[in-house]
Formats: sequence, structure tokens, C-alpha cells
Amino acid sequence: MAKSKPRVKVPKKAGKGEVITIKTLISHKMESGLRKDKKGELIPRQIINRFTAKFNGATVFEAEIQPAISANPYLQFNMRAEDSGEFEFIWVDDDGSTYTKKQALSVS
Amino acid sequence: MKDMTRRDALSLAAGMAVVAAFPMPTMAAADNAMAEIEQFTGGAEAAQSGRVTLEMPEIAENGNTVPLKVSVDSPMTSDDHVKRVIIVSMGNPRPGVATFRFSPMNGVAEASTRMRLAKTQDVVAVAELSDGSFHMTKTTVKVTIGGCGG
Repeated sequence: MAKSKPRVKVPKKAGKGEVITIKTLISHKMESGLRKDKKGELIPRQIINRFTAKFNGATVFEAEIQPAISANPYLQFNMRAEDSGEFEFIWVDDDGSTYTKKQALSVS
Repeated sequence: MKDMTRRDALSLAAGMAVVAAFPMPTMAAADNAMAEIEQFTGGAEAAQSGRVTLEMPEIAENGNTVPLKVSVDSPMTSDDHVKRVIIVSMGNPRPGVATFRFSPMNGVAEASTRMRLAKTQDVVAVAELSDGSFHMTKTTVKVTIGGCGG
């Protein structure tokens, strides 16, 4: 399949206690498994089925995703910034492959 | 039924013909959706308490990508927070959309995504709080062009 490219928008700096918004998107066709090709045969399902956001190793937010989520799945959520550290974002594909992206956050 | 008049018989027959012609795909979808919600709550009652807000457009021109934002009124402390939120479609071929798992680290219980809607339907959000209670809301979205490859 075409390479999936994760993208993340997180502030690099935050004040202590500030609630920041995290926006993530990964390019992915999210084939639902319900569509048929020209021959009338079902196109096998292939979606991103799970997304996990960790901060300094602790899970902040997780999403279990079904085929009803649009192509190029977008997820937005929040975190209260208490300490500096590193985000790790993980997307899991039906085919078993995972895509990860890391980003540092500095809290003052 | 033994006193059935001609009119009763005709209307009954007409009713049966309608049932036969439309084998209730929408009813089946709604039943599946209810089953999905029941599985999430473990059979517990979900209160329409106004604590859950589901923001979606009233009319979606393109069912392939409909923005959705769910938020739950919660202080998000370790003692009192939202654990999970499930999004369920009442009219798609499959009811499940997504399950969000929150933690007290989130600060606010809020998440946004984009979903597919096959047709005009209700979308339901059910939240599980740390005290074990369930809260729900639903919203109706009118879809101009369905989003399941149809």
C-alpha cells in the first residue's frame, strides 16, 4: 500500500497546568471492507484500527477505530501539561504495521 | 380476529406487503446499534443527563467525512474522570465508529474526529465515568451524499 504518513500538531512549549490541544492525522485509505471492486468482489478491509498517545511512557489518550472513521483519520484531544517530556504517537494498521511519531514538549 | 371486516383484511394485507417489500434494513441497523451500546454499558442504563455533548453538522453534504466533536462535563481528576466514550452510528452498515479512552492527564474530556455516514441518521455518544455511571446523547445528521462507497 501507499506509505502512510503521520502528522502531528502539538505546541512545543506550554505553561505548567495549561491544557494543550493535540491534533493528529495519518494518511491512510481506511478501506472499509464493505466496498466492491469492478468485478463485484469485496475489497478486503484495511484500516488503522488503533491510535495511542503516550507522554513520558504513560498513555494519555487512546482510540479504537472502526471502518466508519473517514480516510486519513484525524484525531484531536487534549492534555494538561505538568512536566516537560516527550510524546509518542502510535498508529496500528490492520496489516500489523505500526507508524510512530515522537515530539518533545517543554513545560515552564 | 374472527370479526375481521373486509377493510381490516385489506389494510392488514397491505401492511404485510410493505413489510415484505422492505425487510427493514434500517431497523436492523438500529438494533445492531442498540446491541453495541448495551455491550459497552454492560446492560446498565445510560442517562440522558446533558453531561455529554456531541457536536456534528446538522446537514452533511458529503457523508465521506463528517466532523464530530464529543465532550463530557467532567473535572478530569483522578477521583472523577471520564474513562471511555463510544460513538455509535444508528444507520451505517456497521454500528461501531470509535471508542476513545481518556485519562485524568487529558485535563478536559474532549475529542474530535471525522466519520463516514451512509445516510441521514442519528449518531449516539455514550460516556463511562470513573464512578461507573453511563451518560449519553444523540444528534441527527442529514446526509446529502452517503459515504460508504454507495
